[in-house]
Amino acid sequence: MRKLTTALCSAGLIAMFSAAPAVADNHADQIAMGKAVYMGKSRGNCISCHAIDDPDANLAGNQGPPTIAMKQRFPDKRKLRAQIWDASQNNPLTIMPPLGKHWILSEEEIDAVVEYIYQF
Amino acid sequence: MKIIKTLALGLTVAAATQMTHAADSGFDLKTVDPEADRMALQKYYKDRFPKAEISDYVNGIYAVDAASREQWVELEEFPPYEFDVEKGEELFNTPFANGKGYADCFENGGIGIRQNYPYWSKEEGTVKTLEQEINECREKNGEKKLRWGKGEIAQVSAYMAWTSRDKVFDIKVPEGDKDAMAAYLEGKKFFYTKRGQLNLSCANCHLQGSNVFIRADLPSPMLGHVTHFPVFRSKWGELGTLHRRYSGCHKDSRSKPLKPQHETFRNLEYFQTYMSNGLVVNGPGARK
Repeated sequence: MRKLTTALCSAGLIAMFSAAPAVADNHADQIAMGKAVYMGKSRGNCISCHAIDDPDANLAGNQGPPTIAMKQRFPDKRKLRAQIWDASQNNPLTIMPPLGKHWILSEEEIDAVVEYIYQF
Repeated sequence: MKIIKTLALGLTVAAATQMTHAADSGFDLKTVDPEADRMALQKYYKDRFPKAEISDYVNGIYAVDAASREQWVELEEFPPYEFDVEKGEELFNTPFANGKGYADCFENGGIGIRQNYPYWSKEEGTVKTLEQEINECREKNGEKKLRWGKGEIAQVSAYMAWTSRDKVFDIKVPEGDKDAMAAYLEGKKFFYTKRGQLNLSCANCHLQGSNVFIRADLPSPMLGHVTHFPVFRSKWGELGTLHRRYSGCHKDSRSKPLKPQHETFRNLEYFQTYMSNGLVVNGPGARK
């Protein structure tokens, strides 16, 4: 019995340690997903209106403000997320589509794009 | 000092809010005033692009963006719609099976009348467009209706516009006619109402957003929008009618697009053409 417990515990410990790098990988995956959403015409298509200092972004539009200094502009990440989810809350005349409210992006995709743009 | 600063800031914000409201008459039958709307729209563009002449807005985005104008002027040297005008003339002058022709259906034999469309028909209680009357003319004479979006109907319409070039649009909302005013109002509301999954109004892109980049595209100004239709669009690679363009635009907002000549689209055309009163017919046009 005792042997079994030890075995289980060590298996758990190994799992815990090996899980740590997996979390980091998840974040990189999330950022990659956010980038794909930002650039994808049939997804977020954020690039059609918001310039961003990413070497892969070409011919960005300027209907909206550039994606720059996001941490300073949105110290509270939740406010940034809310703006993406439904910008018409703050400005009913805004041209920005309510990406969450109208199910244009999934909640997961919105989280991902927040993480991606928070780097800029 | 702080008070002055606050006041100045307040004024700027107020001015900016006004910028996004070109239409300054109301959205109900009591307060709507087409002429006030038209003047407000001209003022809006005068303030926003001071260098552009109002009369030049018949040329769409090329009135306000020098770089695209250059390409367009080159394109116009050999206008892509030229063959369509010729084909349209041929169709226009080919008699129907009963010996009659388009010329018998229209005022002045159908020549030089584009500027009068669309108009409010009191008898029918609806807005009539040129394309609609082209098809009605055919049906009256025992011919089949043409499809609304492209092909022969666009060619006949293009020829009729061609013979009307430089005539001034003078669309009327007959005084005291509540139904006509209601049609105008419906068109105006459609223009300013957000719709579709993308929650876009026509005004979002073509008023606030005119001449501002969406990716590499510059949305055209609303003023002068209808004067050059039908249009040869490079994206289509052919000629198309105004309502074909409406359907496309409608779809771009991820709405379920209405069919050409739907009453709502005719009302929109009524409103938009009224807004372009005082500008000349320059159809058919060439656009990206």
